Amino acid sequence: MNAPAYNFAYLDEQTKRMIRRAILKAIAIPGYQVPFASREMPMPYGWGTGGVQVTAAILGPADVLKVIDQGSDDTTNAISIRKFFAKTAGVATTTATEDATVIQTRHRIPETALSENQVLVYQVPIPEPLRFLEPRETETRRMHALAEYGLMHVKLYEDIARFGHIATAYAYPVKVNARYVMDPSPTPKFDNPKMDNCPALQLFGAGREKRIYAIPPYTKVVSLDFEDHPFEPYRFNAPCALCGAENSYLDEIVTDDKGSRMFVCSDTDYCEGRQAAGHHGSESAAPYKEKAQGGTNG
Amino acid sequence: MYVAVKGGERAIENAHRLLADKRRGDQNVPEVTLDQISEQLGLAVDRVMSEGSLYDRELAALAIKQARGDLIEAIFLVRAFRATLPRFGASEPVDTGAMRVQRRVSSTFKDIPGGQILGPTFDYTHRLLDSALAQGFVPEAPATADASTAPTPRVTDILGRDGLIESSPQAEDGASVGDLTREPLNFPADRDLRLQNLARGDEGFLLAMGYSTQRGYGRNHPFAGEIRFGEVEVEFLAEDVGFAVPLGSIELTECQMVNQFKGSATEAPCFTRGYGLAFGQSERKTMSMALVDRALRARELGEEALAPAQDEEFVMSHSDNVQATGFVEHLKLPHYVDFQSELGLLRKLRKEFTDAQAPGAMKEAAE
Amino acid sequence: MTTIAELPPGFVDKVLSAQSTFRSVMDAMARPGSVRRIVPGAGTPDRMMRGTAAIALTLFDHDTPLWLDARMAESLELVKWLKFHTGAPVVQDSSIASFALISDGGALPQLERFALGTSEYPDRSTTLILQVDSLEAGRSFELRGPGIDGVAMLNASVKPFDLFERLHVNEALFPRGIDVVLVADDALVAIPRTTRIVSKGS
Repeated sequence: MNAPAYNFAYLDEQTKRMIRRAILKAIAIPGYQVPFASREMPMPYGWGTGGVQVTAAILGPADVLKVIDQGSDDTTNAISIRKFFAKTAGVATTTATEDATVIQTRHRIPETALSENQVLVYQVPIPEPLRFLEPRETETRRMHALAEYGLMHVKLYEDIARFGHIATAYAYPVKVNARYVMDPSPTPKFDNPKMDNCPALQLFGAGREKRIYAIPPYTKVVSLDFEDHPFEPYRFNAPCALCGAENSYLDEIVTDDKGSRMFVCSDTDYCEGRQAAGHHGSESAAPYKEKAQGGTNG
Repeated sequence: MYVAVKGGERAIENAHRLLADKRRGDQNVPEVTLDQISEQLGLAVDRVMSEGSLYDRELAALAIKQARGDLIEAIFLVRAFRATLPRFGASEPVDTGAMRVQRRVSSTFKDIPGGQILGPTFDYTHRLLDSALAQGFVPEAPATADASTAPTPRVTDILGRDGLIESSPQAEDGASVGDLTREPLNFPADRDLRLQNLARGDEGFLLAMGYSTQRGYGRNHPFAGEIRFGEVEVEFLAEDVGFAVPLGSIELTECQMVNQFKGSATEAPCFTRGYGLAFGQSERKTMSMALVDRALRARELGEEALAPAQDEEFVMSHSDNVQATGFVEHLKLPHYVDFQSELGLLRKLRKEFTDAQAPGAMKEAAE
Repeated sequence: MTTIAELPPGFVDKVLSAQSTFRSVMDAMARPGSVRRIVPGAGTPDRMMRGTAAIALTLFDHDTPLWLDARMAESLELVKWLKFHTGAPVVQDSSIASFALISDGGALPQLERFALGTSEYPDRSTTLILQVDSLEAGRSFELRGPGIDGVAMLNASVKPFDLFERLHVNEALFPRGIDVVLVADDALVAIPRTTRIVSKGS
């Protein structure tokens, strides 16, 4: 039987070359979706194969990798992907945002501000922001070519007419470098402002849909809106119950079946860091404890 | 005090341990071997090789075992392995006309040169559960006869000689054959890429699409010109040697549909073609594929493309079961961050709605 | 005649050298004007700088048609080295090239002779790899655009002298356009099509 033997960071060199060329083009044309010959990865499509291919193509032995899903390092898919790279590339991993050189994420941007020596890799399910308005690739490609984005504004305006607000809470479309309308991946719109003028390079990988796109550092990223209905980020109006943070994105935790709930930071590293620094919320009377066994440093 | 959920890594390990135990099942029952799967569940192996795009019975059998018999999962395993294999080049086109035929039927002629050969088929079996199979069962030895030396020309070639069917569309000399696993797909796609997509496509999806053309959604009047199953030689042109080197033989099923004719003031009418090809014995797959291939040729044949099966973006974007299952099943992954954002918006909209309905709201509005 | 055995070697460590070179190129492309260095890990054929050789071994293969300027195309060793180590087909028609290697900047063809991409597929363009005299000394240039926090300064000695004026076409062409990687020995600077450059004199 053909016993499988895998390369550093899993992908073969030919595949890496192809992905690397696509990444360079993506950086040169901010917000444009570069088609690439996405490979079948050993995890299912829709579970981060695009992000994993981008990460595999850039990762080197000196990198420190952080993987988050929903802002947390401890969600099962984040653990699975982190372990995959620890195993196939032997890279150091971390949960601390500021220690990471490469951060792969699904659905969140860390609360801690990113720096110039970092790359943020997003997992993207549907890269085409116009897809739900126009299912045909041939059509959406033409619309991007002509920068014909009226349809998107009509959709947002119809929301306002119907609900009084733009009814998009996540994957909220942005315009990159005043040219391409881009899907930020399904991050809550709370995170959109972090993409603007960010010191870190942002790369987006969509494996099933075979697209890579990028936002270079210090690039203008504007959430689409109207003068009379400006973009507003949403955040539940409460401090984090664990660390007391007033400006982080919160998860809603249902604590019983009688309607009790509490709100805690979705970014677990940020929350733990604040607790370790002595910040407390209403639910964290006990001193912060080190993570239990089964931790995540690989 | 609230403590956030931890220890996902341990949970994953335990889940996989449990899976391994469930896969083995009751250990008093003998473990199934790859030979048993390959020999006794041969059609499952054929499907996994076809849709997995890798001709290797042993690996396909292993994948089926590892996947606990879930064929889409097995196809996924094979595909992920295939993606890591180095490529040396493409084989020479196989000659299905020279196939060592085990089964060959045509519905367009009563008899054909080389004869109709039923071969191993479920056709004409009565679908009665056979309790004899539940216990050890030794089948009767198959009937034998001297191998026929009569050639078995393809039915479409016989029709083609009289110009009754369009000639098989030829690629330009030297034009490279596309490969959608190496280059991203663009639309409109040429027939080489369409056929590759269909060959890898999900049997169930193609069956439904093909069926829809028969029920009037893009009708193309098909006749099963010929379905043949058997062995063909695979050869590889090694540049250093300068000639084609035989690599071995593989089993294939080929279906050639003869479809609705075309013609115009300047062109004599003739039948058109739909083509299906798969590894192993996969008749349902190849027949469905041929129907859909023909439907997707609408643009090229100047037909109106209104039905789903004629829409190449629709068909090609949704035919792949590894892609489809991944994206459908990814809904299992946590989405609570987005859900929270949506929840926040919905609560706000509901509050505005109730405030507007509340007594006094009208009055306020009137002021 | 050069035999394969006499050709300068490729990367000693194919995987890790390609990775580190790629990161230098990626960082250069993401931060236009910043000078990045490659870690030399390969031999260099006649007329090719270390940076160019590393980029070739990192990004070129069967799928990337190459166009060579006359000075490079003349070097049998260079052509053989590229063919042996990358497998990339060398093409005469610059408008179908994925990459163009330029060692004699003074003879750089009109940029319109290269692939500029289409409005639908602006990525289908030629990337120029241009060998220059220096990326440390020379005329001063002010760069603005994505990847740059305000303004970046570049001091470079570049031929053709009007390269950056010629690259102004990128502004009108965008999203079509030409991306350029300047190489001086082991140093490189990228000028993607989004970068706007003003000469500040010497």
